[in-house]
Amino acid sequence: MLEIKNLKVRIGDTEILRGLSLSVKAGEVHAIMGPNGSGKSTLAQVVAGHEDYVVTAGDVTYMGNNLLELDPEIRAREGIFLGFQYPVEIAGVNNAYLLKAAVNAKRLHQGLGEIDAFEFLKVAREKMATLGMDPKFLNRGVNEGFSGGEKKRNEVLQMAMLEPRLAILDETDSGLDIDALKAVAQGVNALRSPERAIVLVTHYQRLLDYIEPDHVHVLSEGRIVRSGDKSLAHELEEKGYDWLREVANA
Amino acid sequence: MSSENIESIVNRRYEHGFITDIESHGLPPGLDESVVRAISTLKKEPQFMLEWRLQAYRQWREMTEPTWAHVHYPPIDFEGISYYSAPKSDADKPQSLDEVDPKLLETYDKLGIPLHERARLAGVAVDAVFDSVSVATTFKAKLSEAGVIFCSFSEAVREHPELVQKYLGSVVPRRDNFYAALNAAVFSDGSFVYIPKGVRCPMELSTYFRINAANTGQFERTLIIADEGSHVSYLEGCTAPMRDENQLHAAVVELVALEGAEIKYSTVQNWYPGDENGVGGIYNFVTKRGDCRGDNSKISWTQVETGSAITWKYPSCLLRGNNSVGEFYSVAVANNMQQADTGTKMIHIGANTSSTIVSKGISAGHAQNAYRGLVKVMPQAHGARNHTQCDSLLIGKNCGAHTFPYMEIKNPSAKIEHEATTSKISADQLFYCRQRGISEEDAVNMIVNGFCKEVFKELPMEFAVEAQALLNVSLEGAVG
Repeated sequence: MLEIKNLKVRIGDTEILRGLSLSVKAGEVHAIMGPNGSGKSTLAQVVAGHEDYVVTAGDVTYMGNNLLELDPEIRAREGIFLGFQYPVEIAGVNNAYLLKAAVNAKRLHQGLGEIDAFEFLKVAREKMATLGMDPKFLNRGVNEGFSGGEKKRNEVLQMAMLEPRLAILDETDSGLDIDALKAVAQGVNALRSPERAIVLVTHYQRLLDYIEPDHVHVLSEGRIVRSGDKSLAHELEEKGYDWLREVANA
Repeated sequence: MSSENIESIVNRRYEHGFITDIESHGLPPGLDESVVRAISTLKKEPQFMLEWRLQAYRQWREMTEPTWAHVHYPPIDFEGISYYSAPKSDADKPQSLDEVDPKLLETYDKLGIPLHERARLAGVAVDAVFDSVSVATTFKAKLSEAGVIFCSFSEAVREHPELVQKYLGSVVPRRDNFYAALNAAVFSDGSFVYIPKGVRCPMELSTYFRINAANTGQFERTLIIADEGSHVSYLEGCTAPMRDENQLHAAVVELVALEGAEIKYSTVQNWYPGDENGVGGIYNFVTKRGDCRGDNSKISWTQVETGSAITWKYPSCLLRGNNSVGEFYSVAVANNMQQADTGTKMIHIGANTSSTIVSKGISAGHAQNAYRGLVKVMPQAHGARNHTQCDSLLIGKNCGAHTFPYMEIKNPSAKIEHEATTSKISADQLFYCRQRGISEEDAVNMIVNGFCKEVFKELPMEFAVEAQALLNVSLEGAVG
């Protein structure tokens, strides 16, 4: 589904990704781990199409097409979802309004009509219930005055409504208490399917206690230095990231 | 030769017989008493009106242009302006929509203006346009049944001189300010409304339906009187872009609400703002004031300002009656090189008067947008209340938002609240929306409309929908 080959990316004068390769197939759950500053979030932002990041080398193909040529909104409509590490507040814009606009943008792209307003509300309320979100959040400004946990749940709600083909969750676990973490994990697990791929970007192992990955990759200084199954995550937890830095520099 | 003689010779140029000439060709540029006399003659005005204009003219001569507003423009040459332009003959107008600037038609399309209205708005020759007379006739019949007078200002001066004489200048005196005095001297036409005692006007009054609305020109004058216990909602302007060869516009609007009366005045202003460099845009210097003259009266201003190169406009309320209420809801958009200095004045005079100000300023491009507001509570105004909410939204890095709130509180029982915010449409917000599949343009519209919704909900329904579309068009390309 997603093929990244020898990707080099810079922001300003700083090279952040230095030849990263990754292959994600439908039905798989990948975890990308690594110390702060290793390039995890950059990878997520580049796949989503953030224009501040400049790709200097390498290829990214998604569903067989050159992803780097597409505008961010087209990538989104083609099924790429990024759960943001720091979801932005948009005062005055109703949460339900944004959600519906997003759902409709995708539906129109797929040649479907706009979603029926009642149907939309019904589905949204159901998904909110499973995430433990108060339906009142629909009528608040987008992320306006939300706590950290509420923002992350809201990201997962958007993901659940948009049913992406490829979901990238950037540090969705950070700042969550255990209940919120469980709710978020449940929301992600509910989306696991043979047609869908999920990439979890995380600093800590604990999310992986709730969402079991098929593959774990360790990113260090802009490259994947080690890949393995979930046991790699445990190994990291024990040995820390310094151990890998030595491996990377060797 | 004495100055009187010169005057009489000059006057002779416009004596009877020359009038038809002026009617078809307009007056040459320049302003003196003879011009004022000629305008009055052309309009077949009674003597009192001529006297009023002449006094205004003499007062204007003594006044100087205000310079306190946060706007910058080259000096205006008042001698270079023609103060009466002839209505365009049908032969000079485009004969069909095919001859109209395609860019203008594209905008109509985006605004969703019905096909049959486009021709009228674009100034296509009348006989090529649909027949509006029947609509207007039905409309007039309904109004006269209710006893409502709704006509052009010129017609009111001739048909209802007693009402005009009683109320004209009673809210905005001739010498109120430089532009108001100029308007009083040379105003071309405008609207007149009188709602009799206890009457609820059966429909929203819109300049759109006023016969002879064409060519009211650059110095428009409006007078609305709501007699005791009456109610009226008035809509001014339209969302379609308005072009005019005259750069300077100085309108005056006076509202009088007697005891228990209510006037709701809604404006959508979309005068040509000039090109990206600000060339050719309209200068809009407007004096709008409402007088809550009777107890328990209410005046509400709602405005959506998107046009003009320069906007200088402060719709105000004099809260004279006890328990009277003044409201001001405003969205002012400035894009490219536009400059707006707009706001309101709420003058609390009566007891237990209350006022609400909600101002939303949006700046984009290189525009400068200023809110200027005065809340004044007079010593005798016991129990006055005001709530002011003043928000600015910035799009891009090169624009500016400025807030100049003034408060003069002379009664200790007053309760005054002021809230202000400034926010920015950030690159992060736009990327967030795009990552959810929403285009950048739609994202901007969504954020802007969210920002303005408190004001839009005050507009009559159809107007609100149009205003929303208008904002989207005005801010097109504001980001990126």
